[in-house]
Amino acid sequence: MSSIKLRAVVALSGLALVCAAQAAQKEASAPRKAAAHAKKDTAAKDPVAADFEKFHEIMEEASPAELFEAKGEEMWKTKRGPKNVSLEKCDLGLGPGVVKGAYVKMPRYFADAGQMMDAERRIVYCMVTLQGFKEADLAKKPFSKGSYLPDPVALVTYVAGQSRGMKIAVPQKLAQERDAYNIGREIFNYRAGPWDFSCASCHGEDGKRIRTQNLPNLSTNEGANRAFQGWPGYRMTGGLMHSLQWRMNDCFRQQRFPAPGYASETIADLLTYLGVNANGNLYKGPGIKR
Amino acid sequence: MKTLQASIFGAAALAIAFTAQAQDYRGQAISMMKRDFHAQGIARMDRLDEDALQQICNLSHNNPPKGIAETLQHDQLATVQYPADGKFLGDWKAGEKIAQDGRGMTWSDKAGQANGGSCYNCHQIGSDTTSFGDIGNSLLHFGKTRGYSADVQKYVYGKIYNAKAYSLCSKMPRFGHSGTLTEQQIKDLVALLLDPNSPVNK
Repeated sequence: MSSIKLRAVVALSGLALVCAAQAAQKEASAPRKAAAHAKKDTAAKDPVAADFEKFHEIMEEASPAELFEAKGEEMWKTKRGPKNVSLEKCDLGLGPGVVKGAYVKMPRYFADAGQMMDAERRIVYCMVTLQGFKEADLAKKPFSKGSYLPDPVALVTYVAGQSRGMKIAVPQKLAQERDAYNIGREIFNYRAGPWDFSCASCHGEDGKRIRTQNLPNLSTNEGANRAFQGWPGYRMTGGLMHSLQWRMNDCFRQQRFPAPGYASETIADLLTYLGVNANGNLYKGPGIKR
Repeated sequence: MKTLQASIFGAAALAIAFTAQAQDYRGQAISMMKRDFHAQGIARMDRLDEDALQQICNLSHNNPPKGIAETLQHDQLATVQYPADGKFLGDWKAGEKIAQDGRGMTWSDKAGQANGGSCYNCHQIGSDTTSFGDIGNSLLHFGKTRGYSADVQKYVYGKIYNAKAYSLCSKMPRFGHSGTLTEQQIKDLVALLLDPNSPVNK
């Protein structure tokens, strides 16, 4: 058993304990009605939000994401696809087979593909070119739903876990990488659609909220770092593992836009904007999200 | 016609000023999105096309020259369709439900379904919830502090119908103009803010 699997099993049993403890705590906690009478000039004092924060911390320690890292690791090393090969020759930017530290240095420009690629886009590329999967098949159902976990999500969670504790260093050396950043910034600020929204409508100012949800300002280093952390993430709402591909997709849904292509250049450029803005911070690894 | 010409001239001048950079990243971004996106459910591809107002706001980074802003605000105000019966106040209880309801206009929403106003996403309104956003200003005690006159009612109706008529690059959607909310729904929201019996004014 690899160390990652062992940790995952420990995490799983920890999670079960946490859930039981949380259930007990919930019953014991003051009813909502009483909470509603409390002083409520800011959401920070909202007892529901405070409760959530506490839960978040406990869950973070249990780290359910590691289960998915273990799944992804096994998948990475297994011979699969029409060509029956593993992904161990996949070049994530640091040379064929090098997984350690690759996630925090993507998106980057890949000369072999002639494209900007974020981690998941690159994984899809490797699954297609090395293993013989069809890109259209992988794009059909790219997001977790119920018990369904798409392969690229498990794989990107493994790849991301191999950058845990490392500094975010999304490259801007090449002209293509600088162009991607600038195009990403334009996409971020582009207002259109029936509600005149852009990404910046919600994520362009410090200290704002939608309902009780705090919104990071992605144009700043601190805000971009907050968004970069925790993905791929185990989302407590629905209990599903999601990657940044899903996050971007659901943001565009709420922006009232049409749907962005899965693992498209648009998303790669947006993630370049996000990643470069987050540069210099330590990546804590796959995590947990509301 | 004159205002339309002024708007077009303004947009053209801005476009020239802002695309005179060495690289047209904005143009590349738009082409890329049009290539990479696809229609899903009710969200068709034409949603990626800017209208004249969105274009001015995008080109000017939401800070258009004053003269252009005033002209275009005037154009936006002309789009507001006020109720034929001249009455602005609906039912504040229905308004509260609309304000709480965040559904509508996404690709996962069904065509023909009543939309919500998503008001609490960005505004404090009533006093009995802590779950409100702060992208917009607090509307608590709106009528109490501003009065309940017909002029205020008309202003609130217009503001919800087309927020851009009052502040050109406001973040607030144009709920009437975009067909999100019906006349009756907007009246109900006006009542939520301006009925003296609404909890907003207690």
